Amino acid sequence: MSLHPTTPEFKQNAHVALHDAELQKALGHVQGGFIYKRQSAVDRLPEFEVLRDSARDLKDHVLAHLDLYLEMYEARVRASGGHIHFARNANEANKIIVDICKAHDAKTVTKGKSMVSEEIGLNDAIEAAGMKAVETDLGEYIIQLRHETPSHIIAPAVHLTKEQVEREFRREHTHLPKDRDLSQPVQLLTEARGVLREKFLAADVGITGANFLIAETGTSIIVTNEGNGDLTQSLPKVHVVIASIEKIVPTLEDASLLMRVLARSATGQDMSVYTTLSTGPRRAEDPDGPAHYHVVLVDNGRSSMLGGEFEDMLRCIRCGACMNHCPVYHAVGGHAYGWVYPGPMGAVLTPSLIGVDKGGHLPNASTFCGRCESVCPVKIPLPKLMRHWREREFERHLTPAVQRFGLGVWAYFARRPALYRPLTSLAMKALSLLAGEKGRFAKLPLASGWTQYRDLPAPSGQTFQSQWRARQKERSR
Amino acid sequence: MSARDDVFANIRRSLGVTGKEATRRGIVAARLQEPSRGPIPARGQGSPAAKMATFITEAQRVSATVVVLEHAAAVPAEVARYLRESNLPLQVRIGADVRLTQLDWHGAGMTTLDGASAGADLSAVSHAFAGVAETGSLIVLSGPDNPVTLNFLPDNHIIVLSAADLFGDLESVWAKLRRDLGKGVMPRTVNIITGPSRSADIEQTLLLGAHGPRRLHILITLD
Ligand code: SF4
Repeated sequence: MSLHPTTPEFKQNAHVALHDAELQKALGHVQGGFIYKRQSAVDRLPEFEVLRDSARDLKDHVLAHLDLYLEMYEARVRASGGHIHFARNANEANKIIVDICKAHDAKTVTKGKSMVSEEIGLNDAIEAAGMKAVETDLGEYIIQLRHETPSHIIAPAVHLTKEQVEREFRREHTHLPKDRDLSQPVQLLTEARGVLREKFLAADVGITGANFLIAETGTSIIVTNEGNGDLTQSLPKVHVVIASIEKIVPTLEDASLLMRVLARSATGQDMSVYTTLSTGPRRAEDPDGPAHYHVVLVDNGRSSMLGGEFEDMLRCIRCGACMNHCPVYHAVGGHAYGWVYPGPMGAVLTPSLIGVDKGGHLPNASTFCGRCESVCPVKIPLPKLMRHWREREFERHLTPAVQRFGLGVWAYFARRPALYRPLTSLAMKALSLLAGEKGRFAKLPLASGWTQYRDLPAPSGQTFQSQWRARQKERSR
Repeated sequence: MSARDDVFANIRRSLGVTGKEATRRGIVAARLQEPSRGPIPARGQGSPAAKMATFITEAQRVSATVVVLEHAAAVPAEVARYLRESNLPLQVRIGADVRLTQLDWHGAGMTTLDGASAGADLSAVSHAFAGVAETGSLIVLSGPDNPVTLNFLPDNHIIVLSAADLFGDLESVWAKLRRDLGKGVMPRTVNIITGPSRSADIEQTLLLGAHGPRRLHILITLD
C-alpha cells in the first residue's frame, strides 16, 4: 500500500483531514504531548545545543566517508557470523527478505517498527508470498488492523482516538468476551499484550529496523519503549535487520552521541527504555537468541542524494520532532502527505525518493515558520530544502500550472479562512504551551520562529512568490 | 554489476571519490582505531557517591524501584521481600552467572529455575554488566550467564548491579566492554535497559507494562 502514494492529491487529502472530527480530536494530542515533553528534556540538559552540533558534524563525517564505513561494517557483520545483503531498490529488498523467510519455511513473521519497511511495502510482499506478517509495536499493530500506513514516524497511530482503537480490537479479537470493558487505554494495552505474546512465541522469523549500524563492530541498534523489538528479534530462529545505508556510524561512542539527542527530540525521554545492540547470531553457548542473523541494506535513491543539494536530509535520525512542531502537520495529520514520511522531513525526503513529479509540491505544505529546523537534532535546514524543491517545481512548470501548484497550501488556506483559523489557533495554543505559564517567549530558542509566525494570519502566496522572483533576479545578475 | 557493487559505485560517483584515496582511508581507520567521544553531559559525573545518587534519582524518574544493599549475600532476602510484598510466588528464573547462583536462595525461602525463559515465568533476576548514572540505565549482556529472554518475557525483572560497575556515562561502559571482552568483540546482544517497558501509542497516554516487564526492581550491592 505504501508503494502507491497519494501524495499528488495533497490538497484534496488536506481538505478531507480538516473536516475529519475524530482526526482533529486525535491530533490535539500531538501538540500537548510531544512539544512540552521535548522542551522539558532539553531544559534538563545544558549540553543539548552542543550535542546537536556534534550530532550534525558526526553525520556529515559519515556521509562524506559512507563507502568506507559501509565496507568496514560489511566485513564486521560477516566476521561475527551474520549475512549481509545489498538492495538497490524496494523490489530487490522485498525479494531478499521474502527469500530468507521462504528458506526457513516461515509461516508467521513478526515485525518491529521500521520506517524503511513501510517505504518498501514489505508487509504486502510477505503476504503476497503466502506468509503472515504481524506488526508488534502497539501503534503499528493498530494501523495494520486498519490497513493504514503510519501517520507519524514514531507514533504511527497518533491520528486515532481510543474509541477507534476499541472498535478495531472488538472487530479483530473475536475470541475474547464480547462484554469486556475496553474503555480505558490501559485495557487496550493489556489486550494487545496478551494477543501479541502468542504471536511472538509462534513466529519463525523476526524483522526489525535499525536506528544505527556500527562499523566498528558490525552491530545493529534498535531503540524501543515497549520491548516488542526485542521479543521480535530474540524469540524466532531468524533475525532479519532492514536498514537504509545512511544509518551507519563509526563507533559505539558515536552511537551514544546520537542516542543522547534522539530520545529527547522524539518523546522527551532522556533514553528510551530499551536500546539493544545486536551483533551476529546467537553464540554456540547461548541458551537463547536467533540462530541466523541477516542484514538487508537498502539504498532506494539515497546514494543519489549524496553530494547534492539534498544531502543534508540524509542526516535525519527519524526522531519526528519536525512534524511535532509543524503547524501544517498539526492541522492535517500525517496521512494527507500521501506516502510514508509526513511533516517537514517527509516534504523534503518524499520528492527525493519517489520523484519530483509525484512529491514535488509537498514542500508547499509549509508555512516556513522555521520551527522544524530549530528543533531538528541534526540541524537539517528543512525550510531551505523545501524552498529548493519549490524552486525546482516552479522551474518545471513555468506556465499556468504555476498558479495551480505554486500558490499551494498557502493559497488554499487563504481562500478558506474558516479552515485556516483553527490551524492558526492550534499552533498558537502549542506555542503558549511552550512558553509556559510565565510566557517567557524571549528566552525560548524558538522565539524567532514565533515572531515569524505571528505574521501568519495573512497567508498569501505572495511571500514565497516574491521571494522566488527576487532570487531569480539575483541569479540573472 | 551486483547490487552491492552498484550501490558502492553510486555512492562513490555521487561523492566524487574512488574509495582508494589514502587520506580518506586514513581518516576512517584512525576514527575506528581511536573512537572519539562527543560532549559528555556533566550530569552523570562526580564522586562515586554523587554517581550513585544520580543513578538512583534517574532510575526512579523512569519508574524503576531501587534498593541499596551492603552485601550481595542479602540479595535473596530482598528479592523474597519484594515478591512477597507484591503477592508474587517466591520463584525466580536466573541464568548461570555465579554472582547469582552462589547465593543462598533456598535459605531465603525461594526456589530458582535456570536457563532461558519460554514465557511462563512471572519473575527473573539478572546481573548487570554495568550501570550508567546519567540516565539510570543498566547494561545486561546476553549469554548463558544472563539469558536475553529473562530481560523481556517475565512480568517482573530484578537486576543486580555491583556499585563498582556504576559509571557516569555510556562511553565508560564501552571502555570496560573493550577491556573485558576484547576490542571489537561483542556478545549477541547488549541490552541497555532504562526503566520498565511502556507505551504511549494510544492517545499519547503513557502506560507502563507494554510487551516487556511491567516492573523493574534494581538492587545495588556495595561489596
Ligand atoms: S528531519 Fe530532523 S527533526 Fe525531522 S525527523 Fe529527521 S532528525 Fe528529526
